[in-house]
Amino acid sequence: MDTQSYMPVPPGIGMEENFFSLDDILLSHERLPCRLQTTFPRLGFLEKSSDTQDIPEGTKMEMPLWLAKGLYEQKRRVLTVELPKVYREGWRTVFGADPNVVDLHKMGPYYYGLGSQMLHFDSPENPEVAQTILQTFIGRFRRIMDSSQNAYDSDTSALVERLDCLERALFRAGQSGLNAFQRWEKGHAHLTASNLVINYRKRKLADMNS
Amino acid sequence: MFCEKAVELIRELHRMGDGQLPAFNEDGIRQVLEEMKALYEQNQSDVNEAKAEGKSELIPTIKFRHNCLLRNQRCIAAYLYDRLLRIRALRWEYGSVLPTNIRFHMCAEELEWFNQYKKSLATYMKSIGGEGGLDITQDMKPPKSLYIEVRCLKDHGEFEIEDGTVILLKKNSQHFLPRWKCEQLIRQGVLEHVIS
Repeated sequence: MDTQSYMPVPPGIGMEENFFSLDDILLSHERLPCRLQTTFPRLGFLEKSSDTQDIPEGTKMEMPLWLAKGLYEQKRRVLTVELPKVYREGWRTVFGADPNVVDLHKMGPYYYGLGSQMLHFDSPENPEVAQTILQTFIGRFRRIMDSSQNAYDSDTSALVERLDCLERALFRAGQSGLNAFQRWEKGHAHLTASNLVINYRKRKLADMNS
Repeated sequence: MFCEKAVELIRELHRMGDGQLPAFNEDGIRQVLEEMKALYEQNQSDVNEAKAEGKSELIPTIKFRHNCLLRNQRCIAAYLYDRLLRIRALRWEYGSVLPTNIRFHMCAEELEWFNQYKKSLATYMKSIGGEGGLDITQDMKPPKSLYIEVRCLKDHGEFEIEDGTVILLKKNSQHFLPRWKCEQLIRQGVLEHVIS
């Protein structure tokens, strides 16, 4: 749309995380099923189901990605991380059949990001997970590109609804390119109020009404 | 679980994806810092115990807390940094004087930072483009003509143009003005560019 002066820190690419990116921080907050392979003394209060002082070895608990990543070690067995359902065999078959029918926003919304992050943990299924993510992206990309280049001046919420975060960013990039091109073609030199200002005013009005 | 408060700060910014500046969450930051202090002290005493009595089974717990500390640090740094990006954008969208309701959303240090940024930008703009300097916040879109037709959207008071004439910007009045004089007012939503 307009030239935006606020440009947030972009998320990292592939297996890398970007330290300052808000998206990556929320992505690494996704919870993973883990099994502890060592005892964590004095942290029992974190595990609601038991009232022991320690978290004993063998406990199954959900941990956010950042914590699992920090504690995980390849040489020493501290914990094992299980694949979330969407990356397991069953769902992989679904993605293989037709990636376009899946609602990735509901499944994710960080389907690609989390999938790439899962490769940090040793698992025999890793090559298949990576392959499925890649094929899913290839399978869906064409439709995303088409729709973002052809929906001009219309409601796009239905198109965007089922897209994962990465796909949404691509869709938006396509849309802003389309809009800029159309403006250039029509030779518009119309000056407009900044989007930021307009949005602030909307909020102020809402505050006054309530 | 630890670090929930810190992520709440991040969510708050993430919800406003268009670059609006939410009020500085002093309370949230304080709570995160308190959690960090507690984590640090617990770790300190456990480290001493592990060292003194050779209790190596405490190490996983120490690492656990240490990871939480790092996470909190990352969230706070990202929160403050993203706010600075938003504040920098405000300089370009609103010009050098911010509306009071936005200023209320900034903490003292952020206001200080904004003033410094304003100053360095002004110094830079004075140093380029010959004698009078060059305003690089002007002409964000290439101009078609030097004068444009504008309509006032709200009462703005008196306004002086370069030849010294003073005009009154009254709601719904229409004027023919030099483009560079009104570009900022259009961006701020005071004037509207009329195309006949």
